[in-house]
Amino acid sequence: MREPFEPVIVGFLCNWCAYAGGDLAGVSRLQYPPNMRAVRVMCSGMVHPDMVVDTLSKGADGVLVMG
Amino acid sequence: MVECGRHLNIEILTLAEVTSVSGSIGDFKIQVRQAPRYIDMDKCIACGLCAQKCPKKVDDGFNEGINKRKAAYIQYGQTVPLKYLIDPHACIYLTKGKCRACEKFCPTDAINFEDQAATVDLAVGAVILAPGFAAFDPSPFEIYGYGQLPDVVTSLEYERLLSASGPCMGHLTRPSDQREPRKIAWLQCVGSRSTNRCDNAYCSSACCMYAIKQSLVTAEHLSGDSVEQTIFYMDMRTHGKEFERYFEDAKDKGVRFVRARPHTIMPGAHNSGVRLTYTGEDGAQVETDFDMLVLSVGLEAPADAGILAERFGIELDEFRFARTANSDAVASSRQGVFVTGAFQSPKAIPRSVTEASAASAAAAIALADAKGSLAKEKVYPKELDLAGQAPRVGVFICACGINIANVVDVAAVATFAATLPGVVMVENNLFTCATDTQTLIAQKIEAHQLNRVVVAACTPRTHEPLFQDTLREAGINPYLFEMANIRNHNAWVHQSAPEEATAKAKDQVRMAVAKVLLNAPLTPATVDVAQEVLVVGGGLAGMTAALGMADLGFKTVLVERQDTLGGNAKRLNTSYKGESIAAMVESHAAAVTAHPAIRVLTQTRVSAVAGSVGNFTTTLEVAGSRETVAFGAAILATGAKEHTAETYCYGQDPRIRTHQEFDALLKSDHPALDAAETTVFIQCVGSREPQRPYCSRVCCTHSIKSAIALKKRKPAMNVFVLNRDIRTYGKRETLYAEARRLGVIFIRYALADKPRVVVAPDALQVTVSDHILQLPIEIAADHLVLATGIVPQGNSDIFELFKCSVNADGFVNEAHPKLRPVDSSVDGVFVAGMCNYPKPIEEALVQARAAVAKAGALLSQTRMRLDPIKSIVTDKCDGCALCLDVCPYNALSLVAVEADNDTGGETHSRIISEMALCKGCGLCAATCPKEGIHVLGFTQDQIQAQIEAALAPVRERMGTAPDPVD
Repeated sequence: MREPFEPVIVGFLCNWCAYAGGDLAGVSRLQYPPNMRAVRVMCSGMVHPDMVVDTLSKGADGVLVMG
Repeated sequence: MVECGRHLNIEILTLAEVTSVSGSIGDFKIQVRQAPRYIDMDKCIACGLCAQKCPKKVDDGFNEGINKRKAAYIQYGQTVPLKYLIDPHACIYLTKGKCRACEKFCPTDAINFEDQAATVDLAVGAVILAPGFAAFDPSPFEIYGYGQLPDVVTSLEYERLLSASGPCMGHLTRPSDQREPRKIAWLQCVGSRSTNRCDNAYCSSACCMYAIKQSLVTAEHLSGDSVEQTIFYMDMRTHGKEFERYFEDAKDKGVRFVRARPHTIMPGAHNSGVRLTYTGEDGAQVETDFDMLVLSVGLEAPADAGILAERFGIELDEFRFARTANSDAVASSRQGVFVTGAFQSPKAIPRSVTEASAASAAAAIALADAKGSLAKEKVYPKELDLAGQAPRVGVFICACGINIANVVDVAAVATFAATLPGVVMVENNLFTCATDTQTLIAQKIEAHQLNRVVVAACTPRTHEPLFQDTLREAGINPYLFEMANIRNHNAWVHQSAPEEATAKAKDQVRMAVAKVLLNAPLTPATVDVAQEVLVVGGGLAGMTAALGMADLGFKTVLVERQDTLGGNAKRLNTSYKGESIAAMVESHAAAVTAHPAIRVLTQTRVSAVAGSVGNFTTTLEVAGSRETVAFGAAILATGAKEHTAETYCYGQDPRIRTHQEFDALLKSDHPALDAAETTVFIQCVGSREPQRPYCSRVCCTHSIKSAIALKKRKPAMNVFVLNRDIRTYGKRETLYAEARRLGVIFIRYALADKPRVVVAPDALQVTVSDHILQLPIEIAADHLVLATGIVPQGNSDIFELFKCSVNADGFVNEAHPKLRPVDSSVDGVFVAGMCNYPKPIEEALVQARAAVAKAGALLSQTRMRLDPIKSIVTDKCDGCALCLDVCPYNALSLVAVEADNDTGGETHSRIISEMALCKGCGLCAATCPKEGIHVLGFTQDQIQAQIEAALAPVRERMGTAPDPVD
């Protein structure tokens, strides 16, 4: 039997807002699905477009750039 | 605490009591008696074997006696210093002469039953007293049922029951039958705001908020939807920043707020739970059962406050708190002895922390001549040269008590981590951040010759500096370090999916290891710190800040846009303690003007700000001309203003006034005051409404102060205060009691049914629904005073220039409300007074002093280390200059490179990056088409490695070989 589809998402999280927001979500115990793997960056503007394409071509089902 | 424990210039004496004090400011001689610990601090490794083997169990005071601890113990897991001790009143050997079991098992021979009390003599220049508070003990009062009914607990006991490190491990159960309670009630003002039963007349200030917090945390801890929380209160006092929103949020989440005081507390069925009887707002008698009752006990001065005061020769007030003046709330009655926290007056954490900084500023100012003379600087060992070494990674996996381990299988993560390339050592810790773990990490680094470290724990945003320091102490460059955030970003947010959370934690560790393998040692550059300060705003807060900085020896520029100093304080009469505010303004203005280190610039505007912490410049517009000023830190104290009422016929009749207008009338001694028969105050005008959902904090006290003045002037006058809640927090409550005693009538109205005002020629007709009669009553008033709230000054352009964030109401945000209450969101920019939030004068002054402490600490270093996370131009840069336009900090510039061998004999252009301006955002790196510029610590290679690691499970599933691309 096929396993239900669980997407693998790579998130690029800005250290100052999205990553801090992730921390706050933790402190507030906001529950969300465990499908994302976060890469902390110093600014979402640091994420090169090539990196997004590269991530998808390496098998990620989605990319989140948050900042 | 950990920071205190690690600080080179802080010496901690535990189990200590001050026995005598002599001398005076600048030269105190203090004798301290240190009780024996019976365990050698140098030898104890906090392994806990002594406690494990100790046969004697006693009530655990830290958990309010709910569970037991041993006679050999530590208070709790994160104790600083983390060293065990033996309780001499419980220890079998020390009381009965036999046992010594701990001694047999201690692996380091740390037990020392011969330990004696020691006397320590200290010579200090100033003293800060922060003995905290004692919780009110309800046991002598039968009415609360405390001690008789098992499910009646104090709020402190409840706090421990809720705590993850408490006796229930965070799984709340009630004491009578260990079952999960579903219906919980809180009873407010237990031991506060009452003199009927020999309890305390003041408001404890903290209990409303902690009860709301406990009710919300309860919902989080209990499973299912059928949780009912009811808070029985007299007035809801949520007067702090963002507190009113918190209160509204709790209501939205279903917490029930009932304005009533249950008069009978009886046992519930089978002596479990409680049955409460109370009279509702409509007068009907209600009887309800609850599974548990939490008594929101108030804060009292510590039991030995009197002894402490006597030894230090300071005065206490009628409630046994330290007596202080509003003009200097941290100064005790003895010069050089400062007080802070709940010992000064009952208060919650944010104000205690602010006050602590203010007290340290006061002490620093008092000892300014001796500044730095005894300070020690940390010397780190020389960094080991790791060039050419193969990576040897150590991974430390934290359980965070049960915070992580409850969800993530930390042992499985450890087993997995050991299989990763480069990893030579893996260790599980209960608290990786604990002081003893730092020692352990250092030992492991040496024993395993680690040259890179990964900690899987909480967030690098709070804990990276701690671990980096540990690495430095072990001779490893602090940037050869990574964290995997398996708590905030994992265990806490995937509580119901332990398997997936564990899989995610493994990925997170894999990603961190992949990155750390590529980390290079980084060395921060240092810059000069300008030894000048800019203070914006010449009100009382701004003047206090300027005086403080100048007294610490820093050149200060005080900028005021109006033509005189004083701000709002010029229009206020007295503080709530009756001190003249005019006198305060005068003395401050005179001191500021006369101080040689302060330059006062009135009628001046800030028109531009550039630079960053340590090195700012600003353009000031002074009387039509422009001037540039350099400074290392800024304190914003731009104030706020009275809201202009839009309701209650304001502006239609001269008899309708705002607070400040009525203050002017009171001050003028106008005959109209004596002719008046009735005065009405309406509270919360424009406050606590959807368009301004915050409490302005000062208006209740202000109205009551004015009402008392009227009653004293003309006792026959009818004075009404129409209110929604009376928020006379702390010792201000005594004013509320006095007003009632003098015959001021308080009538409560609801937001949905506000008073109505009609202007008539003979009198103002005020109609309000009386909450007891449940009928509208009409009042013919001669004066109507509108307690309008406080709104931002309307100078948001200044905050934009400084790039400081503001909250939804327009008040400057603090970096952290509890930990950094006077830091703005921008490094080197501090905040004081009402631009941060409405507050009374003494709190504004305390905040100004706190800002002085923080800015002073920053400027105490003449050179500052910069964060080494900066852009760096690589050899691939060909000077195309695409990055130039995107840099938001103007840190990049294009230079011509002379022709030489490296350039193949051709002249070309190249980018250079200015370290002090670069913030490491990496917009340049994302714009560059040829990897010509990177951000250190976040290079393309490092990020790619993380992506690869994150996607490794996908590849395994798909059976693809790594890196098919390129």
